Parts: sequence; C-alpha cells; structure tokens
Amino acid sequence: MSLDKIFGLYTVGFLGITILIGIGEVFFGLPNKWIGWLFMALSLAIYVVIGVVTRTSNPDQYYVAGRSVPAFYNGMATGSDWMSAASFISMAGALSVQGFAGLAYVMGWTGGYLLLAVFLGPYLRQFGAYTIPDFLGARYGGNMARIIGVLGAIACSLMYLIAQVTGVGFIVARFIGIDFNIGVFLGLVGVLFCSVLGGMKSVTWTQVAQYIILIISYLVPVVYMSWTIFSIPIPELTYGQLLQRNNASAIAVTRDPKEKETRALWKKDADEIAAKLKEPGLSEADRTKLTAQRTIAVTQSRAPAASDDAKLGNYLTAPTGTGMWNFLALTFCLMVGTAGLPHILTRYYTTPSVRQARTTCGWALFCIFLLYFTAPAYAAFARFALYARLVGSKITELPAWVNLWKPAGLFEVVDKNGDGIVQWADFVLKSSDFVVLATPEIAGLPFVITGLVMAGGLAAALSTADGLLLTIANAISHDLYYNVIDPRASLVKRLTITKVFLVVTAVVAAYIATYRLSLIVELVAWAFSLAGASFFPALVMGIWWKRTNKWGANIGMLVGLGVTLYYMIGSRFFGLSWFGTTTISSAIFGLPAGFLTIWIVSLLTAPPPKEIQDLVVSVRYPKSGQATKGDPLGRDAKGVFAH
Amino acid sequence: MADLTEKQKQEYWRYNVRLTTILLIIWFVVTYIISGVMAGWLNQFSIIGFPLGYYMAAQGSLAIFVIEIAVYALLMNKKDLEYGIIEGD
Repeated sequence: MSLDKIFGLYTVGFLGITILIGIGEVFFGLPNKWIGWLFMALSLAIYVVIGVVTRTSNPDQYYVAGRSVPAFYNGMATGSDWMSAASFISMAGALSVQGFAGLAYVMGWTGGYLLLAVFLGPYLRQFGAYTIPDFLGARYGGNMARIIGVLGAIACSLMYLIAQVTGVGFIVARFIGIDFNIGVFLGLVGVLFCSVLGGMKSVTWTQVAQYIILIISYLVPVVYMSWTIFSIPIPELTYGQLLQRNNASAIAVTRDPKEKETRALWKKDADEIAAKLKEPGLSEADRTKLTAQRTIAVTQSRAPAASDDAKLGNYLTAPTGTGMWNFLALTFCLMVGTAGLPHILTRYYTTPSVRQARTTCGWALFCIFLLYFTAPAYAAFARFALYARLVGSKITELPAWVNLWKPAGLFEVVDKNGDGIVQWADFVLKSSDFVVLATPEIAGLPFVITGLVMAGGLAAALSTADGLLLTIANAISHDLYYNVIDPRASLVKRLTITKVFLVVTAVVAAYIATYRLSLIVELVAWAFSLAGASFFPALVMGIWWKRTNKWGANIGMLVGLGVTLYYMIGSRFFGLSWFGTTTISSAIFGLPAGFLTIWIVSLLTAPPPKEIQDLVVSVRYPKSGQATKGDPLGRDAKGVFAH
Repeated sequence: MADLTEKQKQEYWRYNVRLTTILLIIWFVVTYIISGVMAGWLNQFSIIGFPLGYYMAAQGSLAIFVIEIAVYALLMNKKDLEYGIIEGD
C-alpha cells in the first residue's frame, strides 16, 4: 500500500472514530471520563503500533530513517516535531492575554524557517551526516567542536524535553483524572515504544500520525465556533469582526457601574496587601504568598484594554519604545533559535535528496502555518466565549465548566462585590493555558471536542518529546561515545547504547518533571536563545564562509553561549539591563558576539586545511559526490572524510 | 564533483546568492519594518475588519514566509534541473 493510501485511511478512520464517540455522547450518554480514556487509549495505541511495525536496527534507518522520507511527510513530521505543548496549549492563551506583543511568538516561530531553508537545510542535507555535532566535528576537524556541540544539544533539548513531559502529565491528569506522576510515566511509555524500537524511522512515522491528530483537533473547535457565529467556516477571515465585538464588550465592561465597584474592591485589596508587605518581620514564605495575592488583585482592578476612539482595543495596539525593542528582539531570538535547534535540523538529514530538503522546508512551514495562522483567531473566540457566556450569569447558576475546571487551577470565579452576578473582574485568571483546553466547553461544544483537543495536546507534546529524546540519546551515544570515546565500537554495541540512553534520558526528564518547577517555562524560552547564539553562527559561517576555521568556530560558540548566559542570568536574577532588554531575548547580544568572534578569530589564525575548504565549496552543488550516505568520517561508507 | 565547469559553478552560485539575498530582504522588511516598527502607524488602516499593522504581524507575514520558502524551493530545484545536478529522488 502506498503512503498516501495508508495515511489517507488513517485520517478517515480517526475522524470516523471521533464521530462515533460523538454519537455515543449525544445519543447514548457516554460519560466524559470514558471519552477521555477512549481518546487517550486510542492515540497511544496508534503510536505503539507504528513503533512496532517500523522497528529497525539498521544504522541508516535508525539515525536518519534511511534518508528516504518524502518531502510532504517529512514536512508533517517536522511540523509535529516542532509544535510542542507550548504551541498547542499555551500560544493562543498568550495571545489572548498579551495582545500584539504575543505576536512575537507567531512570527518568530514561523519566520525562523526561512532562515533554515536558505541558510542551512539543503546544505546540511548535501553534507550528509547523522547529527549536528557530526557536522561540527567534521567541518571543524576535531573533537573540541563536537563536544561543544554535544553539550549545547543536550542543554537545549533537555530543558525543552522536561517541559513536554510536564505537559503530558498535566493533560492526562486533567482529562483522565489520574495522578500527575502516573500520567507522566504513562506518556513516557508511549514515547519510548517508538524511539527505542525504530529510532528515527519510527519517530518520523509516528510524528506524521501525530501531526494529523493535532492539526484536526486544533482546527475543529475554532472552525465550529466560526460556523455557528458567522456561518463561515474560516475563522481566520471572521475573527476580525469578533475582535470588534470583543472591544465593544470591553468598553461596556469598563463603563458598567457594577464592574467599577468590583474593580474598586480589588484595588482596595491590593492596597491593603501592599501595606501588609511593608510590615517588618514577615517570613519569606508569607512574603511570596502576599506578593502573589497582590499581583492578582492589581490585575483584577484594571479594566480590560479597550479604546473608545479606534475601532479596536488597545490590546491590539503595537507597543512603542522599549516595548517595541523587546518585541523585535524576541522575534529575532525566536527566529534564530528555530533555525538552531538540533532536533529540527536533524530532520533535514532524513530526506532522499537536496531537492527534497528544500521542499521539506516548504511543507514544514505550511504545516506549522496552518496552526499558527489560526492561533490568534482561537484567542479571539475564547475571549468572545467568556464575554458571551460567563459575564452576567448568576453566581448560583454558574455554567458546568466552571466547576469541572476548578481542580486544574487555571482560573477562579469569585463574587467580589457580593451582588450574585458574575462581573468580568470576578474572573480570576491564573494561567492563560485555559484558552485552548477549556474554550470548547466554555463555548458549549460537546465534550467529544474537548476529548479531541486532549488527544491533540497529547500528540503535540509526545511528538516533540520523541524528537528531543532521540537527539539527546544520539548526542550521547553516537557523538560522545562512538566518535570520541570508542570509535571502533560495533554496530550492535552502538545501537544498544543509544537505546539505553533513550530510557535513561526519558526517566531523568520524567523525574525532574515530577518536581513541577515553575522555572520550566522560562527554561524553554532560554533554550531558544541558547540554540540561536551557539549553533546558528557556527553552522551558518561553516557553510557560507570556507575560511571559517576550528579556532574561530570553537571560541565563537563559547563566546556566543557565554554572552547569552551572562545576560540571561544577570538580567533574571541580578537586575542587569542593557537597553531594557528582557531575559528571554538574551541572544540579541550573544548572536552578534558569536558571529564577530568567529570572523575575527578565524582571520587571526591559520585557514582550515585545503580538503575542508574544498568540501565547503562542494556542498554548494548538489550531487557533487559528497558523503550523502552513512557516516561522514568514512567508516560506514567511503567518503572524503577519511582523515 | 559533478560535471560542472568553473564558469557554470560561478553562475549557479551567484544565482543562489542573489535569490537568497532578495528573499532575506523581503523577510527583514516584512518582519521588522512592516510588522514591527511601522505596525502602529499601519493600524490606522483596516483590512477585512482588522487593523492593518496587527493583521500583518498575525497573518500577513506568516503567509509571506510560506510563499517565500515555496518560491525558493521551486526556483532552486528548477536551477538544479537546468544544470543537471540532481540526485535520483
């Protein structure tokens, strides 16, 4: 059977089962808990089956899926590899709360693919290695570059992996109602099944399956809401009008006397807590608690952003001054970070040719675009659902979802002024993640849609976890063990070590995730800056400037990393501030420093050997007899790297 | 090396660099000028119910990125064909 047929049937089958579950809910009263279980069992079973069917122990298959993944499927795999729990669950929420400033994520996480497409992807494919440290090791002749690459890859990927695992635990705990820790380990079983049995081959085909689930589940609720409100099933077209309605609601909320009263009460609370905070002899724990309470009170005492003169709210107004600088800086850091993350770069090794590497990038961005293009619309529909279905309802007759979501702790509904009616200021938002997860229920859609969204969130988190896990395990087993410690290790030994490290890494990530550190969200944002400042300059210069030598690259990577870390930690913990830049945009300083160092140091030291320079030039022309197969050091196949 | 003469190689590479440069200039202008610095000013205009600056940052720029990558892949793949440097897919 052809791939198109298999995945076509799979998509139809998945939709069919979803509809069946929906019929079960509407006509036969299938309980919500069962729906949650059904969706989770179904999706995990699919991933496990794919893992078993595609198992392999051939190194080319295991590391780069036999370099045989057609561009369209590789694009889907890249899409789900890329779109994590953060994209799926958190982004629309962030847009709903931050307005224009949040668009830095939308643009940054898509625009980076252009950098990837024109600077790196096709050339990396032409080079033909297994991992990014492989490329660094071969291009910059030696273990130094390789080891820096390994450390960088592990650092970025592990931070990212922990966040995905946390996402899995959160979703499972919420929808199935089991313990967070059990949810984490349940998810891990699914991930390990794919990656251990068939390496990149299994991961690739699982990711394709996961992409299909995640994109369906993201689009269905918004398309449905757009259809019911405007009779047009394209939310991207209709939400402009919705934004205007939301603004009208925001203006009404600002003027309403009851709302004013509620806001005044919150203001009073905030002032009282501020006074308490000034008292001497407060314990650290009390201080933290009071500060958190004050932040909530202050937020609640503000009217929603709206403007009377313009058609749309201030919430859509572009920032100015330092705000604009940070918007641009963050967009830039996310772009270069996107182009520098090892688990995405590795995907370009799996295409059959340079041509398909270029096309892959196109399909990948298109697959990602479908979701990101919809995210701002999702945010607007969520806000609309809140205004329409929560504000003004009686506190004694709250909609069912308020109580259903209470244990998740994403929001709270209180009656501040005691008038028995819910005001906008009575809705206490604790995490903007509610937007994607709870909007289907807020808008009154059947629970099957919520189950679908759960399966999608799970797919998004698991697919990214798959890719990251493989990147970390390969960095340790292939790059560190095989290439540095024991270059004569047999194939069986290498694959065994990879598998052992897959399990070890997964368990370590799960263990850290069970601590549920609040720092994790920040770690992910930092991972982008770190990847952007360390890998991006060394990779781009290595491909585009043959004069780049090993000293330039090594010192450049360290300087880029060092400057970024210095500003990151300095601005986060010690009040360091250059031009008011936020800590998540640290690469804006590290990246230029990295590029500059590579350039200067390379010119000051001897040029790289002639065969390396020839290699760099030859990578520009496809089909130029490069090591397109196997190991770049020429151990698996004969290549020019036999030095 | 494939059977390209030095002259062909130079032409091919020059074409690639020119295409890359053009795409990057568009990328820069769309992201940092239109959707960034000028977005506030553009917001006074409106397109299908959206303020234009917001629309460009939320939707327009994304669509342009997709088109840019597609154009790059199409043109470069065509160039490879022209120079006969393609692997059997």
